Amino acid sequence: MTCHSHFKSLAIAAAVALPLSGLSIYSPALAQQTVKIGSVLSVTGPASFLGEPEDKTLRMYVDKINAVGGVAGKKIELVIYDDGGDANKARTFATRLIEDDKVAAMVGGSTTGTTMAMIPVFEEAQVPFISLAGAIEVVDPVRKFIFKTPHTDKMACEKIFENLKQRNFTKVAMISGTDGFGASMRAQCVKVAPTYGVQIVAEETYGPRDSDMTAQLTKIKGVAGVQAVVNPGFGQGPAIVTRNYAQLGMSATPLYQSHGVASKSFIELAGPAAEGVRLPAAALLVGDKLPDGDPQKKVVVDYKQTFEATAKQPVSTFGGHAYDGLYIMVEAMKRANSTDAKKVRDEIEKTKGFVGTGGIVTMSPTDHLGLDLSAFRMLEVKGGDWTLLPPGT
Amino acid sequence: MLAALRHRYGILLVLAVIIAALPLVFPSSYYFRVASLVWVSAFAAIGLNILMGKAGQVSLGHAGFFGIGAYAVAIGPTHLGVPPLAAMLLGCALSALLAFLVGRPILRLKGHYLAIATLGFGVLVALVITTESRWTGGPDGMSVMKLTLFGWRASGSDTWYWITGGLLLAGTWIALNLDETPTGRAFRALHDSEIAARVTGINVNRFKLQAFVIAAVYASLAGSALALMNGFVNPDQAGFLHSIEMVTMVVLGGLGSVVGSIVGAAVLIMLPQLLTVFQEYENLMLGAIIIVSMIFMRDGIVPVLSKFMTGWRA
Repeated sequence: MTCHSHFKSLAIAAAVALPLSGLSIYSPALAQQTVKIGSVLSVTGPASFLGEPEDKTLRMYVDKINAVGGVAGKKIELVIYDDGGDANKARTFATRLIEDDKVAAMVGGSTTGTTMAMIPVFEEAQVPFISLAGAIEVVDPVRKFIFKTPHTDKMACEKIFENLKQRNFTKVAMISGTDGFGASMRAQCVKVAPTYGVQIVAEETYGPRDSDMTAQLTKIKGVAGVQAVVNPGFGQGPAIVTRNYAQLGMSATPLYQSHGVASKSFIELAGPAAEGVRLPAAALLVGDKLPDGDPQKKVVVDYKQTFEATAKQPVSTFGGHAYDGLYIMVEAMKRANSTDAKKVRDEIEKTKGFVGTGGIVTMSPTDHLGLDLSAFRMLEVKGGDWTLLPPGT
Repeated sequence: MLAALRHRYGILLVLAVIIAALPLVFPSSYYFRVASLVWVSAFAAIGLNILMGKAGQVSLGHAGFFGIGAYAVAIGPTHLGVPPLAAMLLGCALSALLAFLVGRPILRLKGHYLAIATLGFGVLVALVITTESRWTGGPDGMSVMKLTLFGWRASGSDTWYWITGGLLLAGTWIALNLDETPTGRAFRALHDSEIAARVTGINVNRFKLQAFVIAAVYASLAGSALALMNGFVNPDQAGFLHSIEMVTMVVLGGLGSVVGSIVGAAVLIMLPQLLTVFQEYENLMLGAIIIVSMIFMRDGIVPVLSKFMTGWRA
């Protein structure tokens, strides 16, 4: 054994140990007058279209809240980590928020995958977690510390089928994406269809990166008696479906899209083919077209203006979910006049008549979402823009 | 100590001491979580290194086996009533069998062709996992029942730290021992020159297949351990990006070096955690660090450092 060999083994041990212990240097000391709200979002990666506006919204509004004195006498300190859409990474960051940053509450989780991975961490630590993910399994079954703000895919199906029923349509065809959103919504639609007397007479699927759906649509076209076509999916898939649909001359049969395409880029991608397409969406998309008496009008117009002025990009419903989550959390803290996790949780559950961008939220011990079907508005694309469908059409 | 690190028992001893001593400096269970992730990833990387570093065959679809192991412990207990530990072994058996069946034809390919074939295999596994949602929960994944042994429930980051640490020690020991066996020597011959190996009477195809099966079993076990530790699985774990991550760990740490695989895994798992201070430049920094270390340490971190230190002494 020489002196140098000691050095080598030490160097190797240090190489492993140092970075780990060094992590603690970066966690700032816990100050008394601040409350930490944590967030894990998919700011980069394939789900960045969700995480990016959520990230901007949270930073924007936390600054606003702090400018007027914070919450319950404390300033909010926001801790945001980017999981890149990776559920395993999200799980690690969730542990870090709880164990290392010691956050009082969490608003985040851009996708259903990352949210489901993080739920056990917050349940175990008993820290309230308001998720921004879509699927219904986040709040069904109800877990004590887990809440969410976005509408569920089940509600979207119900809203579409409600509209079909009003038009006396009973036979529909479905073409759905095989990604997480499409697969989950497809399953929910199949489940609730009988309640609305709707019969699914044909079903096709497409991959999330497919660039042509003509074959599937031709098959649907060949099925006799189809009165409407429903397309659960998000991303660029539905825009391609819409284009192919028009190219095949199927436009006489109404086409329903989901809330997953509720952004201006859908109309841009689909072009004139989008005319007449109907979909359920949050009020945020048609804020300026809402009648003046609408209770959500002020909130959505304010949010749209604030977001667009600060972020210099068009508003999306996803950022709106983060706005809703943050304010439900902050108002619960105000009512509890405390940042104690258990008291805040109880107050979140008592949220009543909260007017958000997604709808009017009234939670209960059996409902950790708190939205009903009125949270969705039925829209139709007309003249290259969204228009609000009057009720009963 | 240098001599100790040259010997396999020395490496084992140093590793065991590190695993035992780290908890003394850990301030919270978040550190246990990160370290457990390093142990699990290192375990999978060691397996892949046997195939890539020792036998010289590339696999770009190794996350497929990782996914099979992970989904075995998810599907077994939930749908089939198989206890988790048995499901883990079943996953291993399934991975080994698949590696054997798939490996027979595709390991006859060389270079880029082999890379593409293994890539295809990985993509296929991920595709099956994503679409068979009745069994696998589809793209959002499914939850995994906790591991119970004789009434004792394995949960908590510190418990899993010891389980994965033990697993890594065992995996390291086997990989180090393999070097000294005729099989290990055959792998090295294969790596240096396939033609020369064939001329000296080594059954090239058989040994390639063996390395492939061993690497598959390692990946499958790592997948099962991670799934049981997390309590959930999703198709990303079987995806192409994860395959690339595993290959990066092996190459970054050093092809053919067991210690290199552990260091490579540690770097790739810990860097994203350390780099969060750079906020939006995080990914940029990660990429830059990997590029720079590959330029200046072409043979991988551990081989270059160890050459540097021996040179320095002389």
